[in-house]
Amino acid sequence: MVASALEFQNIFKKFRMGEGHDSLRDLVPGLFKKAFGNIKGTELKEKEFWALRNISFRVGRGEALGIVGPNGSGKSTTLKILSGILRPTSGTMRVNGRISALIEVGAGFHPDLTGRENIFLNGAILGMRRSEIQEKMDAIIEFAGIPAFIDTPVKRYSSGMYARLGFAIAAHVEPEILLVDEVLSVGDYTFQGRCIQKMNEILKNGTTVIFVSHNMESVLSLCNRAILLVNGQVMREGEPAEVIAEYCKVGGAWVPKFSDRKKAVVREVTFEGVDSFGKALPPGTRLKCKVAIECLEDCRLSPGLFLTQYGGFVFDTTYGRMKGESISLSAGENVELVWSIDLNLPNGSYDLGVHLEDVDTGLYHEHNFRTVHLLIANDFRYVGKYVLNPTVALGCQHHQKDGLLKRSSI
Amino acid sequence: MFRELLQYRNLLWMLTLRDIKIRYKQTVMGFLWAVFMPLLIVCAGLLIKKGFSIVSGKPLDLAELSSVSIKALPYSFFIASIRFATNSLTGNANLVTKIYFPREVFPVAAVLANLFDFLLGSFILIVILAIAGFHIDYHVVWVPFLVFLLILFTIASGMILSCANLFFRDVKYIVEVLVTFAIFFTPVFYDASLFGKWAPLLLLNPVGAILENINNVTILHHPPDMFWLSYSILWSVGGLFIAWNIFHKLEFLFAENI
Repeated sequence: MVASALEFQNIFKKFRMGEGHDSLRDLVPGLFKKAFGNIKGTELKEKEFWALRNISFRVGRGEALGIVGPNGSGKSTTLKILSGILRPTSGTMRVNGRISALIEVGAGFHPDLTGRENIFLNGAILGMRRSEIQEKMDAIIEFAGIPAFIDTPVKRYSSGMYARLGFAIAAHVEPEILLVDEVLSVGDYTFQGRCIQKMNEILKNGTTVIFVSHNMESVLSLCNRAILLVNGQVMREGEPAEVIAEYCKVGGAWVPKFSDRKKAVVREVTFEGVDSFGKALPPGTRLKCKVAIECLEDCRLSPGLFLTQYGGFVFDTTYGRMKGESISLSAGENVELVWSIDLNLPNGSYDLGVHLEDVDTGLYHEHNFRTVHLLIANDFRYVGKYVLNPTVALGCQHHQKDGLLKRSSI
Repeated sequence: MFRELLQYRNLLWMLTLRDIKIRYKQTVMGFLWAVFMPLLIVCAGLLIKKGFSIVSGKPLDLAELSSVSIKALPYSFFIASIRFATNSLTGNANLVTKIYFPREVFPVAAVLANLFDFLLGSFILIVILAIAGFHIDYHVVWVPFLVFLLILFTIASGMILSCANLFFRDVKYIVEVLVTFAIFFTPVFYDASLFGKWAPLLLLNPVGAILENINNVTILHHPPDMFWLSYSILWSVGGLFIAWNIFHKLEFLFAENI
């Protein structure tokens, strides 16, 4: 087990809702009321809510932990507690190493100072020594890509330049533990690429990274572990791919709208063509899928079959869309649909689901994301999004003098 | 607690530099700012002194003029620092909520930035007094120590006020009102001795006690009044100790209350 860089044990954090007293003018009458008024517990308790509830996790040295979750789930609060800005209401936290937090890029910039002056200021704020800043000055300016404007006050910068300079400084701090809160999404496309590259470099140097982001791709590529926070609680912890898949279900962009009355149900789904779903399947496997549907009330249905990866749709179709007609059923009737698909998929894990759409209302009677989990793996290596069923053969073998081609394994 | 500040001395220096730079960037007056407020106070003082001399029939002498200007400079340092320090935490809200470092650096940097103005003004004043033929004796060696006490007391007040202003936003208005009228309760335009047996009452004001002692060692060529010197030391050192502790105890609440 790696030595832990960070440990969170049963951390709770409480926040107040609504407005507190923030002027003496309000406080003084408030105190009088408290002192002389009738305090019989008739007054409402102070409005409070838990921003974090019993959060525990530990991050090993050199690990990269991704924290994902919907807005307001406590991701930034977690980072702020880690960095020492906030103190937890209860629970203990252990930190081994120099922390640098990128809660927001360019937070310490002063608009009237020039880019160069701001590099000195922001570097100092992030905990760098003066000599260290001087040393890295050129690298920072180059990374930000704004050498022409470095002696211009940052108030004249475009927002992209501002953010780029902010990230450039932060990326050169070289802490032992780096907390990153959604800062990779700054700048243009090429700059984002450079940010990811820089993050990879930082990780390679053995820095422990805690990474909060809504950009699932970067979490997937940078982190080796992830946590899903929902309403201040850890909902899932583990492999980034699994955690992201879970996140996409609970807080994803699209949620199926269910019908109030369930008029039909899927009784059973059986598969043919595959021995076991526990093993990885070769691409191109033909999968037969039998869906048994029972009708509870008269309705017109368009059953569907779909495939998702990390919550995003890979493939989705319905009986209606394929045949141009719906299935009319009356109460008590049973019907079996037989789907057949070719799993022409690149390597990865997928979820196969079935749904029953009501043609009249457009609502779902059934929508099951994960009827079965599929793992696809090729026996040869490639990169890319699609598998083009490649074959390759050596030609011109007869030109070889001895009739044999020299081959060596790679 | 001081160790952490020492560790972040580079940051303290950068923040001080920032505050100084911003004050002089894109301004009409530039470095004249350093003498502007003391100059105004001296002018007001001269007007009052002139009034006194007309009433009493005594002519206005150089010692009295020097006395006003020598006291006006530290006083304006104190006032400007207090104003600046009060807003130092709320004015840096984005830093307070986004990045961790000891928050003490904000009020301390605010005071140091004003110290720069004070030193600049002092230099100009010394040159003027030297040209005017003002005499000093060896008692003047007390001045740096007295100024040091004033700085400590200013930092202590700045810490308490910045902290209070973070929790209660009307503190800065209260400070404005106090600062406007404080000149009447502080022996700047007049000497505390003017009030005879009521003089100690005026010297209870810690800034007043320090200013009177500065007056003693420069204008009057006296040694400092030891009783009031001890009183000032108590305020400065004790005040800073208490202020620092209060600030430190409340520091963790800053981010969520700002």
